[in-house]
Amino acid sequence: MNRKIVAAVLLAATATAAFTAAAQEKVLRVVPHSNLSILDPIWTTQFMARNHGYMIYDTLFGTDEKSRVQPQMVDKWTVSPDQRLWTFTLRDGLEFHDGKPVTGEDVAASIARWGKRDAMGQKLMTFVERMDSPAPNTFRIFLREACGIMLEALGKPSSNVPFIMPKRVADTPADKQIEEHIGSGPYIFKREDFKPGDKAVYVKNAKYQPRKEAASGTAGGKRVYVDRVEWNLALRDGQAQVNALAKGEIDVLERPAFESYEQLRKADGVVLVNKDPLGFQYMGRFNHLHPPFNNAKIRQAAIAAMQQEPFLRAQVGIKEFYKPCASMFTCGTPYGSAKGSEIQSKSTMRKAQELLKASGYDGTPVVILKPTDLAAIQKLPDVAAQLLRQAGFKVDLQAMDWNTVVSRRAKKEAPAQGGWNIFLTAWLAPDVWNPLTNAAIGAAGEKSWFGWPTDEQIEKLRDQFARETDEAKKKALAEAIQVRAFEVGTHAPLGEYVNPLATRKNVTGWVIGSGDVYWNVKKN
Amino acid sequence: MYTFIARRLLSTIPVLLIVAVLVFLMLRLTPGDPAAILAGDAASAEQIAAIRASLGLDRSILVQFGIWASNLLQGDFGSSYFYKTQVTQLIAQRIEPTLSLAALTLLIAVLVSIPLGVVAAWRFGGWFDRALMGFSVLGFSVPVFVLAYLLIWIVSLKLGWFPVQGYKRLAEGFWPFLHHLILPAITLSVIYIALIARVTRASVLDALGEDYIRTARAKGLPEARVLVRHALANAAVPIATVIGIGVALLIGGVVVTESVYAIPGLGRLTVDAVLARDFPTVQAVILLFSFAYVLVNLLVDLSYVVFDPRIRY
Amino acid sequence: MDQTLSVESANIARRESAWQRLRRNWSVRLGGAAIALLLLVALAAPLLGTVDPTLFDAASRDLRPGQAGEIMTLDGELLKHEFVMGSDSFGRDIYSRVIYGTRVSLLVGIATALIALAFGIVLGLSSGYLRWLDGPLMRVMDGLMAIPAILLAIVLVAMWRASVLTVVLAIAITEIPRVTRLVRSLVLSIREEPYVEAAISLGTPTWKIMFGHILPNCVAPLLVQGTYICASAILVEAILSFLGVGLPPDIPTWGNIMAEGRVQFMAYPHNLFFPGVFLAVTVLAVNILGDGLRDTLDPKMAKRV
Repeated sequence: MNRKIVAAVLLAATATAAFTAAAQEKVLRVVPHSNLSILDPIWTTQFMARNHGYMIYDTLFGTDEKSRVQPQMVDKWTVSPDQRLWTFTLRDGLEFHDGKPVTGEDVAASIARWGKRDAMGQKLMTFVERMDSPAPNTFRIFLREACGIMLEALGKPSSNVPFIMPKRVADTPADKQIEEHIGSGPYIFKREDFKPGDKAVYVKNAKYQPRKEAASGTAGGKRVYVDRVEWNLALRDGQAQVNALAKGEIDVLERPAFESYEQLRKADGVVLVNKDPLGFQYMGRFNHLHPPFNNAKIRQAAIAAMQQEPFLRAQVGIKEFYKPCASMFTCGTPYGSAKGSEIQSKSTMRKAQELLKASGYDGTPVVILKPTDLAAIQKLPDVAAQLLRQAGFKVDLQAMDWNTVVSRRAKKEAPAQGGWNIFLTAWLAPDVWNPLTNAAIGAAGEKSWFGWPTDEQIEKLRDQFARETDEAKKKALAEAIQVRAFEVGTHAPLGEYVNPLATRKNVTGWVIGSGDVYWNVKKN
Repeated sequence: MYTFIARRLLSTIPVLLIVAVLVFLMLRLTPGDPAAILAGDAASAEQIAAIRASLGLDRSILVQFGIWASNLLQGDFGSSYFYKTQVTQLIAQRIEPTLSLAALTLLIAVLVSIPLGVVAAWRFGGWFDRALMGFSVLGFSVPVFVLAYLLIWIVSLKLGWFPVQGYKRLAEGFWPFLHHLILPAITLSVIYIALIARVTRASVLDALGEDYIRTARAKGLPEARVLVRHALANAAVPIATVIGIGVALLIGGVVVTESVYAIPGLGRLTVDAVLARDFPTVQAVILLFSFAYVLVNLLVDLSYVVFDPRIRY
Repeated sequence: MDQTLSVESANIARRESAWQRLRRNWSVRLGGAAIALLLLVALAAPLLGTVDPTLFDAASRDLRPGQAGEIMTLDGELLKHEFVMGSDSFGRDIYSRVIYGTRVSLLVGIATALIALAFGIVLGLSSGYLRWLDGPLMRVMDGLMAIPAILLAIVLVAMWRASVLTVVLAIAITEIPRVTRLVRSLVLSIREEPYVEAAISLGTPTWKIMFGHILPNCVAPLLVQGTYICASAILVEAILSFLGVGLPPDIPTWGNIMAEGRVQFMAYPHNLFFPGVFLAVTVLAVNILGDGLRDTLDPKMAKRV
């Protein structure tokens, strides 16, 4: 009888211990800003794929919160005196999730694959003669000529990020998606638990060796303090997201809709964290191939009409979250000067109306693409339509879902045949903060980003920028590029804003910097 | 009887074929290029063209249909353009939430509406009858999502009885599963309670006017027995019919409910797939729904045999 | 009961008493009155103290019902305006949007019903009359009915650019099969009637039979069906807007207003409340009208739903 009681008590104790142990597993429940469908961050530039990449991969370099490039997987590196040979030595203890060590060959293959897809990477590759790995922990790049963007490219925080994958995965042709998802990053992807449209699960990589420095941006030590991170991909209704966070059914709301902030501020136990002070930039893009925006004067009139304040006020609404920025590059970063922006920043509606009249505008309607299902940029086209109409343009605002917008903007046909004149979008600050990553500044005609502006001068200056290694000269070049871009009217920058995330009070440790990263986060 | 079933099942084939052709055509004719969506924001025209080719979208419609149909016959529904998984796997993951929601909704609807309808017919013309008729018209006039927000506000946020969103799989425990499913099921069931209660009331009224009811009452049977064993049983055929129709309409309601309550089911999958131009998924799910609809109709017809011995196949 | 041998007099006698019965039925009166009022509101929209429903001003965002604010017109002048039903997150006047939304919702409802009825009648008549067409046509109708209506509508609207026409067509297509079946079954049953057989044997041309005998008998059930289609169409449009695949937001419909306001439901319920009430009342009115019509014109149908 006694023995039975003891056994029962022991059993109960073990059961409770196991129960509490399981219950003490820290799970971070995140609602990301969109659905995760593509798991290959090199094949696509989608932000969700990039964020997935940050969970499970590591990078050679990172960018800290002051926009400086810092080594991550790299321990030290040297540059030859003629600047044509870069030698990188990897840190000790870097291992993939299957236990194999990270070698220079993996790095070479990964960089090569990234260099085929990413715009800045492609630019970099034009300088590269070859890459090799003389020793397992060494990686070398041989250049044809000196290049000023090596570190910026290798450390770029946003799409496409040069994540390091095992050689066998990185050897997948760049136009096919990878099948295996093994990296060397701070989290491990649980493929079996991934349910598309439902949830994605990442568990802590206990073997990951973080750097000693504090985490900052995508650089520094990536320490993990939770056991699991679950991405809730099913919760897409804005009100339901707010309710779920308020009730504690989720921990983190990655990018709340601006209309939600009032309720979030009032909710018990919820706190707003502005972890990305550089934020985002809105942009309005013209189609340079067809009337009326094949005429530079008309483009200038449109830019003059599209003042930044109305867009920001309508879309963001909360004064502390937005500011106009008279630069095509991010204000507060090295190249964010206001030179040449007077056409927009010092303009009035009257001026815009005069410019339009003087340009010989003949009344061709302007087709603006309006996405109906993307709350983040939904209001911009309406503001654009209203402002352009006030300036004297005829506007045809066409609504469709975002996927149709994405397909239509790729079409080079005339607007009446399924093309477009204007679309609006948003970029992360690192995507636009220098003349090489900023897709809208590229002016190589049909080879450039949607909109296809053509201007030899801009392209020459961009080329020089890529070669220049002196920081002061790079700044001057960037200014010259911007002046020319405003003259040509490549696009209209529409202001900057932040989108603070909303979390439960017991979640802390947010890393300041661009992008959405989940290391260093604690759940108390 | 079995030949009837066999014949009916066989006749579903041309229907499904037509569904397949219709859906296939409609999708291919939509503007919106899956390749451009997959490629992402900063892709170039060549990259998009390459993706199109890899998806087989650059071939003629007839060829595409031929390939899809022949794969279908071998049980291969293709893989989703977006999730890089087999469509059958996607559907398998999502079918449990939708089926559970639908089943619970129907259960609640039937359990609530039939007694309501019987009582209303029994006390024809009285306050209960009028209240029910009034409520039922209201029930199918308010859109599901408005009702959902109202219920969430009152029951979930203010009273805290149920979670505001989410779905817990049955494998994670029966009570959490039920707890998360009750509010969505109640929301969705309102419209069916309204519909089924009306039909129940009307058919029971009809039955109550028949001679055999007067006979039963004259025999001194208790009223409850008269109502259930005689009136309701004879009213069963139209009630079964409307339940069958209701199941077909359930899909529409499920789509919205899944959207508001964040239930990862087939309804949401289809809407997202249409928006993303994920053709294989849309085709497969619509075929599945159509097959389910046809199957339900067959079951309803078969149920007539149980309810009405006069009906023979 | 008077038994006349002439078909025409039988029809006339039926029509008179039906109309009188209609006028006496309280459901018809209530529903009809409500719809007439809504039609009036829709037609008189510009005169009811509204502003252009697409005008917005970020300075007047999220005002509570009854607050005053300003709107900038296209000519650049600043209007002072009282937002009776509040404003949405753009700064648009919800009262104006709801009133103008009446137009669109009623238009969608009525147009869908008319188009579905028109096509359904043509197809049903053809199917009932032309044996060779019956088989394949009904298979196609079965196929269409098997596809869940909402999903069919979503795919169709995604196919064409979202506009009033495409939304109406998309919803109508989902309703046509049911009307076709209804008309077809009526055709088949009426064809067996002795007076029709008599007319055929007398050598009456087909079109005369169709328009003189068959169609008049279809009017009642089709009218009832039409009202239900109208109610259903208004609801389906709201659902399509809610899912983000309906009419573009610069066309104000009740569904759109609710879809845009849903993120702020807790903080600013007026975004959902006002259009929701209008929507429910309209659909209710149409349903009540349909019930009344059904009870008066076709009591037999009252037993089926």
